[in-house]
Amino acid sequence: MAEYKLKRGYDIPLAGAAEKTLESAAVPDKVALLPNEFRGIKPRLMVKEGDLVKIGTPLFTDKQNPDIRFVSPVSGRVGAVNRGERRMLMEIIVENDKKGDTEKIGDWSEEAVKKMQRGELIRHLLAGGLWPFIIQRPFGIIANPEERPRDIFISAFDTAPLAAKTGFLLKEKMDDFQRGIDALVKLTEGKVYLSLPKKDSLFAGIQGVEKNVFNGPHPAGNVGVQMHHIKPLNRGEIVWQVRPEAVALIGEFFRTGCFPTERIVAVAGSSLKERKYFKTITGAPFITLIPQENIIDRSIRLISGNVLTGRTTRCGSYIGFYDTLITVIPEGETKRKLLGYFRPGFKTESFSKTFMSALIPTKKEYTLDTRLKGGVRAFVMSPTDYQKVLPMDIMPVQLAKSILAKDIEEMEGLGILELDEEDLALCSYICLSKTDFGKILRDGLNMIQKEG
Amino acid sequence: MKALEKLFDKYRPQFKKGGKYEFFFPLFEMTDTILLWTNERTKSGPHVRDALDLKRFMMIVIVGLIPATLFGIWNVGYQHYQAIGVAASFGELFTYGLWKFLPILLVSYAAGGFWEVLFALVRKHDVNEGFLVTGFLFPLVLPATIPLWQVAVAISFGTVIGKEVFGGTGMNILNPALTARAFVFFAYPGKISGDKVWTAIEPLKDKIIDGFSGATPLAVAASTPAGGNAVQHAAGAGFHFMDLFYGFYAGSIGETSTLAILIGAVILIITGVASWRIMVAVFAGGYGAALLFNALAGDGAAGMFTLPAYYHLVMGGFAFGAVFMATDPVSAAQTNTGKWVYGFLIGVLAILIRTVNPAYPEGMMLAILFMNLFSPLVDYYVVKANIKRRLSRAQ
Repeated sequence: MAEYKLKRGYDIPLAGAAEKTLESAAVPDKVALLPNEFRGIKPRLMVKEGDLVKIGTPLFTDKQNPDIRFVSPVSGRVGAVNRGERRMLMEIIVENDKKGDTEKIGDWSEEAVKKMQRGELIRHLLAGGLWPFIIQRPFGIIANPEERPRDIFISAFDTAPLAAKTGFLLKEKMDDFQRGIDALVKLTEGKVYLSLPKKDSLFAGIQGVEKNVFNGPHPAGNVGVQMHHIKPLNRGEIVWQVRPEAVALIGEFFRTGCFPTERIVAVAGSSLKERKYFKTITGAPFITLIPQENIIDRSIRLISGNVLTGRTTRCGSYIGFYDTLITVIPEGETKRKLLGYFRPGFKTESFSKTFMSALIPTKKEYTLDTRLKGGVRAFVMSPTDYQKVLPMDIMPVQLAKSILAKDIEEMEGLGILELDEEDLALCSYICLSKTDFGKILRDGLNMIQKEG
Repeated sequence: MKALEKLFDKYRPQFKKGGKYEFFFPLFEMTDTILLWTNERTKSGPHVRDALDLKRFMMIVIVGLIPATLFGIWNVGYQHYQAIGVAASFGELFTYGLWKFLPILLVSYAAGGFWEVLFALVRKHDVNEGFLVTGFLFPLVLPATIPLWQVAVAISFGTVIGKEVFGGTGMNILNPALTARAFVFFAYPGKISGDKVWTAIEPLKDKIIDGFSGATPLAVAASTPAGGNAVQHAAGAGFHFMDLFYGFYAGSIGETSTLAILIGAVILIITGVASWRIMVAVFAGGYGAALLFNALAGDGAAGMFTLPAYYHLVMGGFAFGAVFMATDPVSAAQTNTGKWVYGFLIGVLAILIRTVNPAYPEGMMLAILFMNLFSPLVDYYVVKANIKRRLSRAQ
């Protein structure tokens, strides 16, 4: 076990964290799967409107790899299949009959699970609909079950703004977590790395992994940053990453033999009166967690995930497959300030020291809205300033320029394969030219994938 | 602000695509966002953004320039009344300076802004805030006697050739303000070198006192005879170290007071707008090079070799160049290692030109422009080193 102390990074002092109280949400009348949120797959619909499905019945699969299934979290009737532009599959809605009929993948004893080999484990994970939890780096896409990863990385904590506390999500699930680890260990010939925060007692008893401690501001909890320090990803290598709550779900799956549907989701953000954790099922509509009367602001942005990398969504949508956090913040005000950029800024949040708030701190937390706070410009800020929020040996501006120049060799040389959008999100946050590094990065990654 | 908002909202459709004045949209956008802070929203993540933008960034640089500017304005008046031997109050000194400085500033902004806006209109992008700083820096590195038409021609050259041909702010290789100054220096040398140009005098009505020379301290030091002592020579002409540090001497408008420039440097460093590494490196390079020349000084060497390092740093454009010109984030080196090398070499080159090239008493402008050209090369090796580290890791 090693301890890594990361100095570079930034915790945005965002107001609106969820209280550590857990409430059970009402059982939803309908749920949905959102094919768009899965990266690296092309969905092929397996049901049509009116079909009857059980918990665990595949609703769609991947065209290239039909073994990767995306299953229904409730039993009932397929209500609607909503498509967007160019017939892109947007939502598959299942009406919940609340009977809880389940497709059982297997009925295994503890002993039987312990004896399972790699191929058998993968087969079960695919059949059970848990495979999409296994993500491949580089590219941050759903892993290909035929690949053999060098190692598997798990970050046991999330440092993103208002993130759900992993300890709170998993405190009663450590047995399942261990079971999940036992399965993952067999999927790689390398190691399973578990990265822990500085203060941790929850994961102390977990066996079979190599533990490392990471201490520092965001993005210290990002698995990509941790990999970079533990054992960096080199060209031609593949590793897998799994989120800690997914590890527990994999363990639960091997205990019960069914697709686990229960999730704990944090509901946070300054636009909400009450902010807390909810026990619900995956794919439930947001309105079951965020009733209209809980919203303070008139105009809000609902984000699936955190404010840095989450997806913009709307109140009528549904909890995503990977979500442990829903953030609600105010939309940017329409009122405009005279010479706003020229004000002293005693109450202005900025990573830079160009506002008075840096000299005379008066606030601990800020309510931030969705204003861009400036116009989009060419790179002006010194590239080394971005490195202050990226604790990796990577030069983000030089990398971004190599992507804009479509120079694949240079991109790979500068470490594009080690990065995911979430690692560069703070660079976009602090950028005075309002550059979207995440988008540039994804363009580069797509280019490399296309080249093969 | 409601009224202003309404006014802009009313006319916006006419400037939008398909509107009557579509071509002039960048101009409209500029006026609009200069007056009222933009309320544009993010579309995807990061959904929240830092409050720092290019306007704020450029404003901080201008705030950093204020001490040097105010001192410069006063000093123009002070040098003028000294030269004609008339006692004048603070108000008179300042008013005279302002009367000289304001027209230069206005011409610089008007001509520079014209090109900036023209390029924005033709290329259909937002008007970039970079010219706010360029247009302000340029007058500060000029003598108060500069003809206004030369200001306009030079800033046009600096903006177009130094910046716009490369694609505008952020894409430029050279510092545009220095490019403009280099243009005046080589195109109209009579107006920006020699002893006559540094003090503002009205030739028709002013009577210059006996013994007035008008030479800058650097010119005096450079004229030290071989084997002589430059400090004594400068002192003989009335230039003592503390006067040089405070800036009570003739020179370019904003460059003379090291003290005022250092106040600006503190503002830039605290706010993180300019790189302290570059500033420290330039001063270190200049100091080191001057020490080297001191060691080489002797009977055969030019008298300038004997000028102590700390004198070099407070004379001419050295401090101003180190703090405001070398640190331009676009044309400077882009990596931390690169910044040290880049800054250090600027310091060394500036002193080298001052000391061994009798044609140019001042070397700062050329040193910075030269290193602007070389900073991509310096960075290239730092970036290659990063790539090499990654490659060697794989084996």
